[in-house]
Amino acid sequence: MSDVRTARTGGAPVAQHEALLQVDGLTVDLPGTRGDVRVVDGVSFDVPAGTTVGLIGESGSGKTMTANAIIGLLPDGARTGGRLLWRGEDLLHADGARRRKARGHEISMIFQDPLAALNPTQRIGRQVGEILRRDGVGRAEVRRRVVELLDRAGVPDPAERANRYPHEFSGGLRQRAMIALALAGSPSLLLADEPTTALDVTVQARILTLLQTIQQDEGLSVLLVSHDLRVVANVASEVVVMYAGRVAERGPAPVVLRRPAHPYTKALVRSVPAVRTKTALADPLPGAPATPANRPAGCPFHPRCPIARDRCRTEVPAVREVAPGRAAACHFAEEVLAP
Amino acid sequence: MTLLEIRDLRVTFGRRRDPFVAVDGVSLDVGAEETVGLVGESGSGKTTVARCVAGLQRPDAGTVTFEGRPLERVGRRPAELQRAVQMVFQDPRSSLNPRMSIAAIIGEAWRTHPSTAPDGDRTAALHALLADVGMDADVADRRPGDLSGGQCQRVSIARALAVRPRLLVCDEAVSALDVSVQAQILRLLVDLRRTHHLAMLFISHDLGVVHQIADRVAVMRSGQIVEEGPATEVLAAPKHEYTRALLDAALDLDDAGPAVTA
Repeated sequence: MSDVRTARTGGAPVAQHEALLQVDGLTVDLPGTRGDVRVVDGVSFDVPAGTTVGLIGESGSGKTMTANAIIGLLPDGARTGGRLLWRGEDLLHADGARRRKARGHEISMIFQDPLAALNPTQRIGRQVGEILRRDGVGRAEVRRRVVELLDRAGVPDPAERANRYPHEFSGGLRQRAMIALALAGSPSLLLADEPTTALDVTVQARILTLLQTIQQDEGLSVLLVSHDLRVVANVASEVVVMYAGRVAERGPAPVVLRRPAHPYTKALVRSVPAVRTKTALADPLPGAPATPANRPAGCPFHPRCPIARDRCRTEVPAVREVAPGRAAACHFAEEVLAP
Repeated sequence: MTLLEIRDLRVTFGRRRDPFVAVDGVSLDVGAEETVGLVGESGSGKTTVARCVAGLQRPDAGTVTFEGRPLERVGRRPAELQRAVQMVFQDPRSSLNPRMSIAAIIGEAWRTHPSTAPDGDRTAALHALLADVGMDADVADRRPGDLSGGQCQRVSIARALAVRPRLLVCDEAVSALDVSVQAQILRLLVDLRRTHHLAMLFISHDLGVVHQIADRVAVMRSGQIVEEGPATEVLAAPKHEYTRALLDAALDLDDAGPAVTA
């Protein structure tokens, strides 16, 4: 449901029903050559049970680091802050054993490039079944479940394909194998980082349909990380837009993408051309996306913003409720929302 | 008037006894100052067609001519034709020499085609060229590594423009860029097309982008053109079932979102 999420301003009370995952003031600092860089800066959003949340951003927005922090795959030397409330339990400050147990069994992840994520020297079936073997499931049962998982992920002839190596699979099949692997531990949340970016459109459509089917059949939650607004618009019910390591805007996907409350979201939406009708070229935003390493003062978007004013250059806008169930980090969100 | 004429182009790769036919009898025209979009999925042969036009790939059969003159491989192509056809690649970083300054990269283009080199003040000409692609003069001394992806793509375009081409072959020229930067480069290409009277062969897997900027569209599949015509006809009322399948698979921002589960 789109109306269960409330903008969390201060210690405001939360939604009617508990979110599966609450990302609460998450920060990630990575060591850089000129000191630490805060690549994720106070990011908050909820992933309700059984829904798909889209996490949109350009390069340097911190979207992938946010996902990596959730599953606990940050690079060495990374420091984190805030909370990751998983069914109310803070995973960010949990010990290694607890995090390892969560990884795969409660939260799993698929990546943009399955060829890099899969082990090239191991048969597909062995990799899909690894988590089951680790859990002490018997050999024959592992085999049976692997074939079932591959079948559910839409790998044709799964019994035979389980014996093959990743290089013998096409790009689409590899992504299906990755999905089977991710589902092997029966997770409740699937993180999908640009899962279809490297695929052709027809393959992309099939993988997205598969993700939706699995999400609905299993009551899974999906956090879909993507730069592609069209992908997010088609599968996500909630959306979080990130810019320079911070949340620019969040809310129900259809509403946010039709009537953005942040000038950045508005520019992104305008830059996506329609396919079946000829769209006039949009007035492009100037400059390149700000990066956390050189985040402008005030609102990080202000140098590119068509409606920036003095206040935007000095005062960081808080993420605040701008409409029921919607939050945006813009001093002038009401103006952006106005028809 | 037809500028570029591709006739019965055929390219095969691999063993002679068991060749992979990448391009299988492609014919396509690009008129002066016309933009033709070439769309298709990976492996459809669209990049191989582009490489033949740019002279980077020798076809097994068929011809590519420019104003009636054969476009042979790079090296065998007269300098005048060589400069008339310029290419912009997908990944601007890997198509620029990381050790050269931007000024040196542009200077190299002028050295390769001395007839296009400015007679007078080279620095002024360089700055004017950079201004054409929307860049400040101070990038001249920088190297590609100091620039963003969008800036690198502007440099690639400046390098192509430096030799005053007639036809720009853009192979997924905006695909690797951030969404907000993509719009800038598209706008730049469209503006330059008008001011420099350029024809474009615009290769992309993004049907929306092609619809925005192409006059005509050719759809490739398995080395063949399955449908070709005015962009608005092919992409709004496709005749071939493969074009329809491609359009069905393509996502639109306005498509209904997912069913809200509750």
